[in-house]
Amino acid sequence: MGAGHAHRLYRSGNSPVHRLPPHCKLAAVFAFVVVVVSTPREAVWAFGGYAVLLAGVAATARIPAGFVLRRLLIEIPFVAFAVLMPFVAEGERTEVLGLSLSVSGLWGAWNVLAKGTLGVAASVLLAGTTELRELLLGLQRLRLPAQLVQIASFMIRYGDVITDEMRRMSIARRSRGFEARGVRHWGVLAKTAGALFIRSYERGERVHLAMVSRGYTGTMPVIDDVTASRAQWAHAAALPAAALAVCLIGRTL
Amino acid sequence: MHVPDGFINTPVSVAAGVVAAGAVAVSLRGARRELAGAGSGALAGADRTAPLAGLVAAFVFAVQMLNFPVAAGTSGHLLGGALAAILVGPYTGVLCISVVLLMQGLLFADGGLTALGVNISVMGVVTVLVAYAVFRGLLAVLPRTRRSVTVASFAGALVSVPAAAAAFTALYAVGGTADVSLGKVLTAMVGVHTLIGIGEAAITAATVGAVLAVRPDLVHGARGLTAPLRLRVGGELVEAPAAAPAPAAARSTRTFLAAGLGTALVLAGIVSFYASASPDGLEKVAADQGIDATVEEHAAKDSPLADYGVKDVDDARLSGGLAGVIGVGATVVVGSGIFWAVRRRSADAPAPAPAATSGGAA
Repeated sequence: MGAGHAHRLYRSGNSPVHRLPPHCKLAAVFAFVVVVVSTPREAVWAFGGYAVLLAGVAATARIPAGFVLRRLLIEIPFVAFAVLMPFVAEGERTEVLGLSLSVSGLWGAWNVLAKGTLGVAASVLLAGTTELRELLLGLQRLRLPAQLVQIASFMIRYGDVITDEMRRMSIARRSRGFEARGVRHWGVLAKTAGALFIRSYERGERVHLAMVSRGYTGTMPVIDDVTASRAQWAHAAALPAAALAVCLIGRTL
Repeated sequence: MHVPDGFINTPVSVAAGVVAAGAVAVSLRGARRELAGAGSGALAGADRTAPLAGLVAAFVFAVQMLNFPVAAGTSGHLLGGALAAILVGPYTGVLCISVVLLMQGLLFADGGLTALGVNISVMGVVTVLVAYAVFRGLLAVLPRTRRSVTVASFAGALVSVPAAAAAFTALYAVGGTADVSLGKVLTAMVGVHTLIGIGEAAITAATVGAVLAVRPDLVHGARGLTAPLRLRVGGELVEAPAAAPAPAAARSTRTFLAAGLGTALVLAGIVSFYASASPDGLEKVAADQGIDATVEEHAAKDSPLADYGVKDVDDARLSGGLAGVIGVGATVVVGSGIFWAVRRRSADAPAPAPAATSGGAA
């Protein structure tokens, strides 16, 4: 909750990517993902081009490949789904290593895998080079409703507090000999969740009162407004522009 | 269930994004009303929205990490849509789930950025709206006791998860990029998510019950319940004669209900045990259907559940258990609903009726 806490997904650094204003980065990542998603899946090499672009960004931001690859693991459930797709999809079938696979299923699997992976990698790079507070400022600059940004900032700010509260409850349970083994113990866990809700809500009420007593009226004062120069926008636009070029070439070929 | 980039095509993603943005905009307005008058008076107004909704969002985020062991090493976790809707109201619920999804997409890369609209529409809007509609609908029929709030939240959560799966299938039907037949997707999604829904329902009901026992004033869905109690405290702490028949009625139905819920829970555990034989039921169901070509015809003319039954032995056990649990859950809900409705008509029809409408309006 105190100052100076960086989330564990963030990798501090002082690269050109780190220095870019957050709203430029957000817009660039979003545009990049839109371009990737709207690329036809038959343009196989285009996705390789996108991967090279992202690798270039990672290199500029001095983020090691291992960091990005480890974070890509979040995608595993959908990899499992994609692997099954060739077996369940219809259409003409082809023989690969003695297995009968659907051609359209293979394309579908490739489509989900390639686009999903690129999207995750882009998000990982964004989260790795942008501080949480900056990210929220960027969202605000991108005209997300102020109320929504405030809710998100409260969630981020107190997310760790609430999670720690839950962890303390778990320690308290275990130190009293409780071990959740099956459905029989759901009652206890549900009571934990209920207590956690009450504590969260009451904390919200306390936070609100503390803020009101310091002059809060429903809007947060903007202390450090981030602005982006034309050059910074141009730098940020390099990624989606290059991706768009790859996409257009992929469409025409 | 977070949809990644590229799973749903661009036009449908954009359309879902518009729907999600509209829902969030409406919710922002509604949440201000919901959070204004929870505990304190009219002094606290619109400025309560951000801190309270933010903390509830943090709670949803945290409670999704709370693991509920099912059996044999498998465990599930709460999705939280129905719980948020019942505890803090539908508008705040949509808002909190949307913020959680937004942050998960941006920070944890969980769910694609272009699929954010799809994710919010399916997991935020559909789940919350369906859960709250079922919850409210049941509360209007059931007597105004704490127990019926728990039962209604069980039913709301139970229906909301398969409903979200069906909504996802609908989006997939319009803009899916994979070439898997609709019947298969619907069967797999709704089938698996019915199982998940049972766990979600049990946990949601237990959690709502736990909050009700300590701070009933915090439960948005039970605000109608606390109103008559507060009036009575002003005069004397003695229970009013109108409240006297309520415990008697509740006691007779309590054992019946506990038995019903207990059966559903036990069955849910057994069924989940079989489901845990494969790491993810969705893939298993999909694979089985792909191999079995005859299933296609059944999927076309029968309901998903009927299709579930037509399979090899290993799956027949699962499908039988599933059908049983659904049957038990539906019987408990419908049966007790009718039972109570009839009982209420005959016993104390005029008294709770105005309270029911005022509760519905809140």
